Amino acid sequence: MSELANANARAVVERLRAWNPEAILQIVEYRGETTIVVAPKLLRAAAKQCKEDPQLNFNMLSDATCLDRFPAEPRFELNYQLLSIPRSARIGLRTCVSGQRPVVDSLEPVWPGANWMEREIFDMFGIRFEGHTDLRRILLPEAFEGAPLRRDYPTEGPR
Amino acid sequence: MTTVETALGQTKTMVLNMGPQHPSTHGVLRVLLELDGENVVTADPDIGYLHTGIEKECEHKTYSQAITLTDRMDYLNPLGNNLVYCLAVEKLLGLEVPKRAQYIRVMMVELQRISSHLVWLGTHALDMGAMSLMLYCFREREEILKIFERFAGQRMMTSYIRIGGLALEPPAGWRDQVKRFLDMMPPNVDEYEALLTENRIWQGRLKGVGYLPPETLIAMSTTGPGLRAAGVGFDNRKAFPYSSYQEFEFNIPTRTESDCYARYLVRVQEIRESLKIVRQAMDKITDQGPFKAEAPGIIPPEREKMKTEMEALIYHFKIFTEGFSPPPGEVYVAVESPRGELGCFIASDGSPKPLRVHFRSPSFVNLQTLPQMIKGQLIADTVAAIGTIDIVLGDVDR
Repeated sequence: MSELANANARAVVERLRAWNPEAILQIVEYRGETTIVVAPKLLRAAAKQCKEDPQLNFNMLSDATCLDRFPAEPRFELNYQLLSIPRSARIGLRTCVSGQRPVVDSLEPVWPGANWMEREIFDMFGIRFEGHTDLRRILLPEAFEGAPLRRDYPTEGPR
Repeated sequence: MTTVETALGQTKTMVLNMGPQHPSTHGVLRVLLELDGENVVTADPDIGYLHTGIEKECEHKTYSQAITLTDRMDYLNPLGNNLVYCLAVEKLLGLEVPKRAQYIRVMMVELQRISSHLVWLGTHALDMGAMSLMLYCFREREEILKIFERFAGQRMMTSYIRIGGLALEPPAGWRDQVKRFLDMMPPNVDEYEALLTENRIWQGRLKGVGYLPPETLIAMSTTGPGLRAAGVGFDNRKAFPYSSYQEFEFNIPTRTESDCYARYLVRVQEIRESLKIVRQAMDKITDQGPFKAEAPGIIPPEREKMKTEMEALIYHFKIFTEGFSPPPGEVYVAVESPRGELGCFIASDGSPKPLRVHFRSPSFVNLQTLPQMIKGQLIADTVAAIGTIDIVLGDVDR
């Protein structure tokens, strides 16, 4: 992993590979940011590992958001920004979810702060989070139909 | 209505609807309170009344056009919103901003932090029944807004920070104006503290109220003064310096009590630290020098050049009709807003419009601790807790 620029990214990759050699599907490096791509079924376990491994210690989930690559498939990319306050380090965690069955494990059991962030993604993209304690719409009214931040949802005019 | 067991036997609870037009919710926040007498059993914040779809709107604007939308999210921190968005686009482009522009940006966002904390202090004191303080705080904030007006032509929705630098050269005589403000401010902060810090009513309303342990705050992703009042000295300006913050000397005020009173003390101390940063920035800003990067095709050319150079005219036309296209990729940039970590995630697909713009707003994330903060406490403490979380509903709902 000598091609990875910063020591933090190297450590994360090394520790995750030591935990499960199959865990990392891809490593994305862009403008000095490193994002680790994992399979959806390993997402929660990998997140737990990042949090609980004392050498990684990512104790805060800084941000969670979704990106719709419609019409490509799998269309949804979930991006999690992990933050380690004691180590002053960040890393991105990503997983890809298909449009046919947009379901992924919730990270609420790992970081309770994921609660509202995942509710917002559910609200805006219609992705269901398995194991979430309170999956309701958050910004839009309960009666609202559709997932407005999907790319195939028009900005104005009839739906 | 449910029945709960208490020390006095079985009692019935009552559901009280607080807001969305409640004056102390600082906007349109609705909280469904389940009450057992005066005590809160559960609280369920209901948000979204100010949702304007800014993230969706950004996908249909060019990168430069979207700046004006960012002003309108956290309306007490428009310059900070401009900054995080511009930093993210600059990171996508790999654009280097001249030092002089970086220092002016730092000065402006620190003035903005002071003004935001002043609004917080004034309105929170008003919620707690101390009316005169609001008048004092808004008097000083007015001076900051006058500075913004001279710099940007706007008091609030400034859009002053632009991709690659700033909108305008600082106005003539700005140093005197900022210096007057800096000299005036410390005695005023002393005055606020004289009115509040040792005030028995103020302490009675805030001390021990809204306590949460630091582990809970970290687990709930809380950042900003709320986290620093719990003894965790995390600040993006120190941990991940941006815009040359590493060159400035300042402290990160922390407390360990983690109650409303500690949050108040942290914010007042932050006003003093910000004054120090503004003073240092003033010394660093040179009178001459560029205020935006040299990047044809991304940054609009000077008006004068367009009258004499063909290329300048072509670039101007292209920037305002088509825009510019950063290479495909995703970036996440975080800055320290007055309320905590303000993040911006931008994904580019190589076209002139962003594929996705997401704002990680500190108010939204911090507000989710409210139910835990007021569980078992009095209704009156709800007002204190909402106040010291320091939410801006425009930032919560976006």
